[in-house]
Amino acid sequence: MNTHRTVEILVGAFVAVGIAALFILSIQMSNFGSTSVKGYEITARFDNVGGLTERSPVKLAGLTIGRVTDIQIDPETFEAVATLRIDGRYNNLPRDTIASIYTAGLLGEQFIELSPGADEAVLGHGDQLMLTQSAVILERIISQFLFDKAAE
Amino acid sequence: MVTMADPAVVLENVSFSRGDRVIFDGVDMQFPRGEITAVMGPSGTGKTTLLRLIGGQLKPDAGRIWVDGVEVTRIKRRDLYELRKRMGILFQSGGLFTDLTVHENVAFMLREHSRLPEKLINHIVRMKLQAVGLRGAANLMPAQLSGGMARRVALARAIAMDPTVMMYDEPFTGQDPISMGVLLRLIESLNSALGMTSILVSHDVQEAFSIARHVYVIAEGRVVGEGTPESLANHDSQWVRQFVNGEPDGPVPFHYPANDLVADFGLGRMRSREEP
Amino acid sequence: MNMLAALGAAVVGALQHMGKTALFFVLVLRAVPGALRRPSLLVTELYAIGVLSLVIILISGAFVGLVLGLQGYNILSKFSATESLGVIVALSLVRELGPVVTALLFAGRAGSSITAEIALMKTTEQLSAMEMMAVDPIKRVIAPRFIAALIAVPLLTAMFNVVGIASGYLIGGVVLGVDAAAYWEQIVRQVDFSDDIVNGIVKSVAFGVLAGLIAVFEGYNATPTSLGMSRATTRTVVITSLAVLGMDFILTAMMFGN
Repeated sequence: MNTHRTVEILVGAFVAVGIAALFILSIQMSNFGSTSVKGYEITARFDNVGGLTERSPVKLAGLTIGRVTDIQIDPETFEAVATLRIDGRYNNLPRDTIASIYTAGLLGEQFIELSPGADEAVLGHGDQLMLTQSAVILERIISQFLFDKAAE
Repeated sequence: MVTMADPAVVLENVSFSRGDRVIFDGVDMQFPRGEITAVMGPSGTGKTTLLRLIGGQLKPDAGRIWVDGVEVTRIKRRDLYELRKRMGILFQSGGLFTDLTVHENVAFMLREHSRLPEKLINHIVRMKLQAVGLRGAANLMPAQLSGGMARRVALARAIAMDPTVMMYDEPFTGQDPISMGVLLRLIESLNSALGMTSILVSHDVQEAFSIARHVYVIAEGRVVGEGTPESLANHDSQWVRQFVNGEPDGPVPFHYPANDLVADFGLGRMRSREEP
Repeated sequence: MNMLAALGAAVVGALQHMGKTALFFVLVLRAVPGALRRPSLLVTELYAIGVLSLVIILISGAFVGLVLGLQGYNILSKFSATESLGVIVALSLVRELGPVVTALLFAGRAGSSITAEIALMKTTEQLSAMEMMAVDPIKRVIAPRFIAALIAVPLLTAMFNVVGIASGYLIGGVVLGVDAAAYWEQIVRQVDFSDDIVNGIVKSVAFGVLAGLIAVFEGYNATPTSLGMSRATTRTVVITSLAVLGMDFILTAMMFGN
């Protein structure tokens, strides 16, 4: 009688462990996994990050090669400093790569698009991108348009 | 111990415990072929468990059990199922299938285990119902039967395939005198008509003694007495005498273990207050 | 210290329960081929479990579809995207609400009745009697009900989805004025067969297995008293609901995650 009870408890523990493993796996899968990507970090400064947030994608030629891991304000220059974590496979980005903030579709989320330059030297861990293009703010375009119109 | 030729059911040194409770402790029993043997004892001594052990529903912790020459404790599942076709058991609550009619209940084993044509099965069912006096109730549902009738249908169902060993689990409990009489007559006549070996588990001394040829009395996990009904009334053992004669106090005490009487009623304190 | 011991005992008890269920599952699976050879038993159970659950499933499907239509319209109208109502209703139902809600309703209606039936048979010694008559109750009583649940749940889910989508159209197209053609055409275009419908079917089959297994196990394992029976039916509903929701998360992550 007692051995049977032990068997039942062991089988139950086995099933419980299996379920727990599935659970963890599921959470990993829905996590899109990439925050644990092995890579290197670079920074970029923007006047305006628009709708960029943590975990916004970093794309090269349309392909996601990294994520924004952090956005801070520089207390002296009042610029926004974004930390980008890039997949380690793409470790030959030229130092004069430009980071621009674009919007996916008309109403979609915002992301950073990297446009490689021509420099021989490559970006390494901790480097800062020299050239950036801030997000396009709709209101500014409209006021610019009205201003231009008025000027005519 | 009486030795008999070719006993139908044998228990050899059987021990069985449920959790911490020892239910059987080295029990030896032999049930003579073709006879009605009663197994009696106070409530809770595990008489129903005994039937389950014989039927192979439970396995003893130690000891061996033979039914009709087959060692129940050692056979494989498939052989056990084969053996059960030769055994019948009448449960205390009847155990009729509530979603089948009386007829279908009795026909159950025949339909499941034999390839007999429907007509033949119907004949057999009617014969069995006739034997218990309920042929007219064939189309009723179990819910429509009285307790006594349900038990008789269960009996008809149990003998549907003419078993060689028949077990009765407390068949007389809660029956009115007429039903009791009916059952007694049925158990006796079926036993002789079908040449069965009947094991009757009961605590109704009068009824069991009236039809049993041989009686075992078990208490506290052991056989405390065995023999013919007459020999047990004047048995050496106090246990047996208390049980058979229905004495309220004896080895099975009247009082449930309790605290000291004087202390419980607070009499000790009262007395000391009275003292000046 | 007492609370810790009680907690430990509860955990061990839960593990033992899960273990018993898993071991029982093996027994039931082994009895399935035998039960499949007796279609009359299966049909009887399918009727009791499936057909008699139709009413609650269809009516619930209608209500859920109506609500989806309403809520969907409410949100989409803010983006002027109401032609996509059909897609929202259809995808919500096919991917999630259909399988999950059907399984939950099934547990409450059919699962509890299976448990009660088997527990009653255990209490009145019918299962014991069957065993002593050399008929394996797992083959004859348990397995047919399990198979019936396995078949019924996906079918009921499909019906739930159909009624829901139609009800969504009823409220959206007929009452709220969404373009009828757009409603149905968007569904055809956006709902992918293998990604959405097949995954939904896989979910409903998985839930059917869970609902069926838990219902028959709790009945078989019930204490043979009236209190034991009521506890068993409660357990069926609670455990099935939790298991279905948990499994839904796992399956959704695997199917629709990255």
